Amino acid sequence: MSELLSLTAADQAERLRAGELGAGELFEFWRDRAQADDLGCYLWVADEAPADAGSLPPVAVKDLFCVEGVPSAAASRILEGYRPPYTATSVANLRRAGAPVLGKTNQDEFAMGSSNENSGFGPVRNPWDRERVPGGSSGGSAAAVAGGRAPWAIGTDTGGSIRQPASLCGIVGLKPTYGAVSRYGMIAFASSLDQCGPLTRDVTDAALMLGILQGRDPCDSTSLGLPDPVELPTAERLDGLRFGAWGLDEEGLDPDVAAVVRTTLGRIEELGGSVQETQLPSAGPGIAAYYVIAPAEASANLARYDGVRYGYRTENFDDLLSMYENTRAEGFGAEVKRRIMIGTYALSSGYYEAYYGTAQKVRTKIAQDFAAAFEQVDFVVTPTSPTVAFELGERTADPLAMYLSDYFTVPMPLAGIPAVSIPCGLSAGLPVGFQIAGPAFSEARILDAAYALERAIGFEGVPVDYVRPDAESSSHDAGPEAPRR
Amino acid sequence: MIERDQVLHVARLARLRLSDEEVARMAGELSHILEHVETMNQLDLDGVEPTSHVVALENVLRDDVPRPSLAPETALEQAPDVADGGFRVPSPGRG
Repeated sequence: MSELLSLTAADQAERLRAGELGAGELFEFWRDRAQADDLGCYLWVADEAPADAGSLPPVAVKDLFCVEGVPSAAASRILEGYRPPYTATSVANLRRAGAPVLGKTNQDEFAMGSSNENSGFGPVRNPWDRERVPGGSSGGSAAAVAGGRAPWAIGTDTGGSIRQPASLCGIVGLKPTYGAVSRYGMIAFASSLDQCGPLTRDVTDAALMLGILQGRDPCDSTSLGLPDPVELPTAERLDGLRFGAWGLDEEGLDPDVAAVVRTTLGRIEELGGSVQETQLPSAGPGIAAYYVIAPAEASANLARYDGVRYGYRTENFDDLLSMYENTRAEGFGAEVKRRIMIGTYALSSGYYEAYYGTAQKVRTKIAQDFAAAFEQVDFVVTPTSPTVAFELGERTADPLAMYLSDYFTVPMPLAGIPAVSIPCGLSAGLPVGFQIAGPAFSEARILDAAYALERAIGFEGVPVDYVRPDAESSSHDAGPEAPRR
Repeated sequence: MIERDQVLHVARLARLRLSDEEVARMAGELSHILEHVETMNQLDLDGVEPTSHVVALENVLRDDVPRPSLAPETALEQAPDVADGGFRVPSPGRG
């Protein structure tokens, strides 16, 4: 059965279809892998193969997706033990398509973080190097897929929370166009930015899952679905396609990461595509707008956690107000408190225009930058993260430094456009992600380009018992090639 | 620069009790973050329309027909304190 670890979700679905594998048997294999996980990926694992185990492999679900009767806490102590009375549309769509829920994955509390260290239930370790973070906030989903603890997973992306952990763990992560996938049943962080998407072993799996997730949902009036059904990608060449590279000269971009990304730009040209530099003049100063909009919306969304209707209530109170204040003080972690404070400040009387109002105008400028870029090129491409996976604890003392690790992933959700991260090689023995962004609803074209590039790169994923070469001595020797299994 | 009094005012708006140590740390961290946020003012935003929603959407309407909802006992099941078919809360007291 361990050969299953080398199969993509689409391959496993093919074996189910051919009758070479039973749905219950496949579920139990992955259930055992998830239960034996020692990376901290899971907060809950299913016991029994559910009746809806069907034509697809089981899926690992980020904790913030509500699943009826299953603990769903967004990795927050304030929701510890909460079992929702309803199921998120994304999860319901996956089940209906034949993919049962394998487990709930660890994450940064309420999706606020870039390292998974803000979880109320402990960190997640990166399967490439256990002393390093998997990225965040969908860190458990990314590490589970990369480390052979789940066939595929869903996460959410607000400022990079699918793409950045996919990059740091060496897998594929897609943030769809805002509105392509329903947000119903997702425990909300920043409602104008949040979007659900796949974390998968390869681009084909991402397309397969997007086809299931996408669609208009009467329960989410901001959902539109995609204009056409999602086909599995087949492109082998990039002839005639124009790629605009952005951000390769940014201060703070690790030179080794930049080198691997430049090698990937060379592969685009080998496949017949053209590469030019693209400017997004508002993006640099503009990403500051994210640190207003996301906390402001979060401070409003998190007002509901007051110890009245669900979740934690303090035992330490003498009236209603002190019950509210102490429940929230005891239930929320440090990063969540910090963002609630920034957001409340930015929305408070006298500051609203200067912060939230200004940030909304910046959003328009960034969307205009992308619109101008897409008149010249088909895709904007960037490194997904300025560095490879960093060490546990390395950035926790400096919140601003942690925020800036989202530099390349924040502009896309501000503009509402889709982007995928695919692994494109190694730096110092750790995966580097390559980001491809396109106009709203261009998922099919993005996935086709990513597929052609993925085949040319030939990235193999983390080998079992992988030992990372010493960073100091091998950062250049390792080169951009992935290790072979 | 965010002062201690402002931190306490915002914390009260947010219904968040902060320890003295948190108040001191928050004052420094918020100042640092908001200083960075100021970089967005480098952009020329004169005459720029704000974006509140990224995808062009008309009003989304549905037929106004009754449909089943959560049973009261289901809605109350996760509450920390329940009495007489409702959520029980402490007295507003001094407020």
